[in-house]
Amino acid sequence: MTDEFPHLGKGHVPVLRLGDVLLVTLQGDLHDSTAEQLQQDIGETIARTRATGVVIDISGVEVVDSFLGRVLAEIAAQARLLAARTVVAGMRPAVAITLVELGLTLPGLRTALSTEEAMQLLARPGPDPRPGGTRPGSA
Amino acid sequence: MRTAEGVEACLPIRSDMDLMWVRQHVRQAAARLGFGLVDRTKLVTAASELARNTLVHGGGGQMESARVTRGHLQGLRLAFSDRGPGIPDVDRTLSDGYTTGDGLGLGLGGARRLVHEFAIDSRPGAGTTVTVVSWALRPPHPREEM
Ligand SMILES: Nc1ncnc2c1ncn2[C@@H]1O[C@H](COP(=O)(O)OP(=O)(O)O)[C@@H](O)[C@H]1O
Ligand SMILES: [Mg+2]
Repeated sequence: MTDEFPHLGKGHVPVLRLGDVLLVTLQGDLHDSTAEQLQQDIGETIARTRATGVVIDISGVEVVDSFLGRVLAEIAAQARLLAARTVVAGMRPAVAITLVELGLTLPGLRTALSTEEAMQLLARPGPDPRPGGTRPGSA
Repeated sequence: MRTAEGVEACLPIRSDMDLMWVRQHVRQAAARLGFGLVDRTKLVTAASELARNTLVHGGGGQMESARVTRGHLQGLRLAFSDRGPGIPDVDRTLSDGYTTGDGLGLGLGGARRLVHEFAIDSRPGAGTTVTVVSWALRPPHPREEM
């Protein structure tokens, strides 16, 4: 792996559009300002494209601290105000264990094990699925 | 036998970019000392929280990293120090949700849960040092093939 150095400079995370869904893939270690820039980019892209869903793939992210966790939660909250649903996909088990111990359980954040599952979740019509797990009959 | 090579270091914490270097260093040092994936992730996350506190609340400082041993165990000790305002009430500061800034107030209490040993030395007006130790709870590296 060419993982010798963190990606220096203000990185930029592309926001891809797949039909009504925006797909964002986070990789490696993120600079704080890159995460904040992404939050702004997603908001603007939702407004411009009328996207109804956002999938954030974090399978390539090794560390989610309270800063990045808060940015993810704020992206979801902001998307909700713009009438879009957000699903965070592919969180690594070690990251999930760490977040629980950190005390950051992100109750408002919808998650899926993979990007495909996130897409399926968003393809279902209806209201924002219950955070923390969909249950039949709970809608 | 693996040594402290690449583990002993003193890194500045003066900018957002330095936080990335801190995480990178701790990730590599922990891997060298034989930390498993989960323990390494916990330690890097704790380091990220503490380094951000050094930067944001302490006005900048440094992280010192050292290998520690106890019997057959190897561990990593990280000391985050600054000459900032200090913490007047450490107990209250450790409780979840307590913040004097715009953070979530989870960093200090969360970091304490993520490591094996945790100590705060803080003097109002003189600065803060938070020292943590985590142990690699398995042999430092697989035995070499003969
Ligand atoms: N190095 C430090 N110097 C001075 N105050 C600190 C330091 N680290 C933490 N604190 C204080 O402890 C509080 C809680 O820290 P933390 O749990 O990391 O939450 P947050 O950083 O989100 O505010 C901070 O708001 C700050 O008042
Ligand atoms: Mg903090």
